[in-house]
Amino acid sequence: MILTLDYFLFQIFPYIAVSFFVFGSILRFDRDPYSWRTKSSQLLRRKQLILGSILFHLGILVILLGHAVGLLTPIAVFDAMGISHATKQMMAIIFGGLAGVFCLIGLCMLLHRRLFDPRIRVNSSFADIAILVLILAQLLLGLFSISVSMQHLDGHEMVKFMDWAQHIATFRGGAYGYIVDVALVFKLHITLGLFILLVFPFTRLVHALSVPLGYITRPYQIVRKRAS
Amino acid sequence: MKVRAQIGMVLNLDKCIGCHTCSVTCKNVWTSRSGVEYAWFNNVETKPGVGYPKEWENQDKWKGGWSRKANGKIEPKQGARWRILANIFGNPYLPEIDDYYEPFTFDYDHLQKAPEGKAMPTARPRSLITGQRMEKINWGPNWEEILGTEFDKRKKDYNFKDIEKEMYGQFENTFMMYLPRLCEHCLNPTCVASCPSGSIYKREEDGIVLVDQDKCRGWRMCISGCPYKKIYYNWKSGKAEKCTFCYPRIENGEPTVCSETCVGRIRYLGVVLYDADRIEEAASVPDEGDLYQSQCDIFLDPHDPEVIAQARKDGIPDNWIDGAQNSPVYKMAIDWKVAFPLHPEYRTLPMVWYIPPLSPVQAAAAEGKIATTKDGIMPDINDMRIPVKYLANLLTAGKEDPIRLALKRMLTMREYMRSKLVLGKPKLELLDEAGLTTDLVEDMYKIMAIANYEDRYVIPTGHREETLDAFGESGGCGFSFGNGCSSHSNSTVDLFDSPKQSRGRSGSTADNRVNTIFEREKYEVTVRIEAEKDKSGCGGGGCGCK
Repeated sequence: MILTLDYFLFQIFPYIAVSFFVFGSILRFDRDPYSWRTKSSQLLRRKQLILGSILFHLGILVILLGHAVGLLTPIAVFDAMGISHATKQMMAIIFGGLAGVFCLIGLCMLLHRRLFDPRIRVNSSFADIAILVLILAQLLLGLFSISVSMQHLDGHEMVKFMDWAQHIATFRGGAYGYIVDVALVFKLHITLGLFILLVFPFTRLVHALSVPLGYITRPYQIVRKRAS
Repeated sequence: MKVRAQIGMVLNLDKCIGCHTCSVTCKNVWTSRSGVEYAWFNNVETKPGVGYPKEWENQDKWKGGWSRKANGKIEPKQGARWRILANIFGNPYLPEIDDYYEPFTFDYDHLQKAPEGKAMPTARPRSLITGQRMEKINWGPNWEEILGTEFDKRKKDYNFKDIEKEMYGQFENTFMMYLPRLCEHCLNPTCVASCPSGSIYKREEDGIVLVDQDKCRGWRMCISGCPYKKIYYNWKSGKAEKCTFCYPRIENGEPTVCSETCVGRIRYLGVVLYDADRIEEAASVPDEGDLYQSQCDIFLDPHDPEVIAQARKDGIPDNWIDGAQNSPVYKMAIDWKVAFPLHPEYRTLPMVWYIPPLSPVQAAAAEGKIATTKDGIMPDINDMRIPVKYLANLLTAGKEDPIRLALKRMLTMREYMRSKLVLGKPKLELLDEAGLTTDLVEDMYKIMAIANYEDRYVIPTGHREETLDAFGESGGCGFSFGNGCSSHSNSTVDLFDSPKQSRGRSGSTADNRVNTIFEREKYEVTVRIEAEKDKSGCGGGGCGCK
């Protein structure tokens, strides 16, 4: 029975979650562009926002980048670069851990502000609060998993996750097999991460897809002719 | 040369009585919604004062407008593109809502529903953000109305720069004027330049600056970019909103709501043609004092055949060229030199201009209380109640000569028309000194003093027919919030947590009403609790306690 649950969570659910993430976001962007926004509450209360937001965002960006590079880069590339699995795992623990702590401090400031500042609380939707709680839980699971990782520093557990992620990303069967026997905390971390991907289009997180990189090359002034 | 047209505005401060009709009608039309109840696309300030939001003119604090770099290029004062992006997680230059004011309403219902008691029921204030009781309102829109608050606070006014201001705190020397403010629809807007998503744009046809609500992501950089603080963050929808110059009316050839309803008839609307190729050049002149002149220099003479030919080539319709030739704005700014841009030193090349106010001088001069010129008739401009330097800091980046000339021309116009109409002997000798001719002064009189509707508003209609398939529009869904016909008007299901809008819905709903009652349910619970308290405490009459 446990095997069946593993099969669902780590073989089928990833595709469901990513599909929601991709198609849900496209649908929202196309159907309801007015709702696509950061929902910044800085105007209502500056306190705790600036420091909290900077810590949170920088932390989570490093973590996301680390996950993407760490999980999806083929193992052969690291081998070719002469980076041993143990070294790679140590790098992940150090950088991920540091960014995680920054992110955690920022997130706690933001969550505290959202729950206990009356101006912010009354103007928070369920999704606004829920997504902060979900990210907090995910962050704590991630940080807690470091203590498990510290018990096997040779990097072989980490390779399991790389194999799993790369099999999923390349639509190969049997991906779940790589991680059936990993510690529970990792399984929870992966499941919750996928769940966050699934709810992504229904929350304010969508603003992450609108990183305004075009601004860097754009001329300052914009003059539009009336659309025909 | 690239000819572009802009609808500009001139406000004759000499005639503004500070009645706020413009602000109120604007608010009723545009910002009577939750999320922007604190926002006044048009507001009227009493000067001197710190204004709305507090100290908006202090760009050391808010970093609005442009700054000129050593290499002669200009960049937003809050930073070039990388700096702006680096501040995206927390904008250090964003005002908090308390810098405007915490929006409030009053418990009006309590006046009707209060149980019988010994004291008259009162309507106590309640925050429109939290719905909670506000014990004391300590700031609001136009808190400094008619020199409200003390001079110690008002003297922070940036326009006191280089003025010995302490004497103006004394009752005998105090002065005041009104300053109605709205979006300047600049030729070189910093809000547009600061927007990371590129959602703010200037319309090619009429120069109106608008926010594309569907493209706005709420990065809130435009709010600090605008030195006039005339972009507002809708805290409910998470989008930037601003004065639209009532573009649906302008397109129809009608004046904006603020202009239409101005009881003092101080507002003028008209077309100005300008050279779009020289905007950057004009905004980058080294000396801030030259910015007023450099902006005048890129305005094009609509009677010049070369300009007309180029305007036609650049696609400006003939009725717009006609409009430019009869434009009261062009006359005031260029022909008569009586109107000036607001704070040209921000380098935004603003397009809402102001005629400086004459102080109430005529009677005082006649009584010999202030100095007059050698002929003994004209009050001396240097001895007027409002210091010329103050007006210059407001309108010409500190240059006093243009202000003096404008005030002189206005005084001359009065004196000339008085001699002509009252005394029957026009004093032609006055005109030469002010550089005026009889034709000019009669035209000034007609447009500035009589100010007939058709002279104030010379607005050519827009040419929608060129871009709009009117046949395809038939049976369309009319005004919507960028959601096509599928807005949430019929559905209560809302998967994407969309910002709610009260307009376009039938009737008012509890979560969208701005006035009188905030969130009816919450309110009623409070009232019920308070009523219960009254009963148990047996405070009111007729509770029948034993």
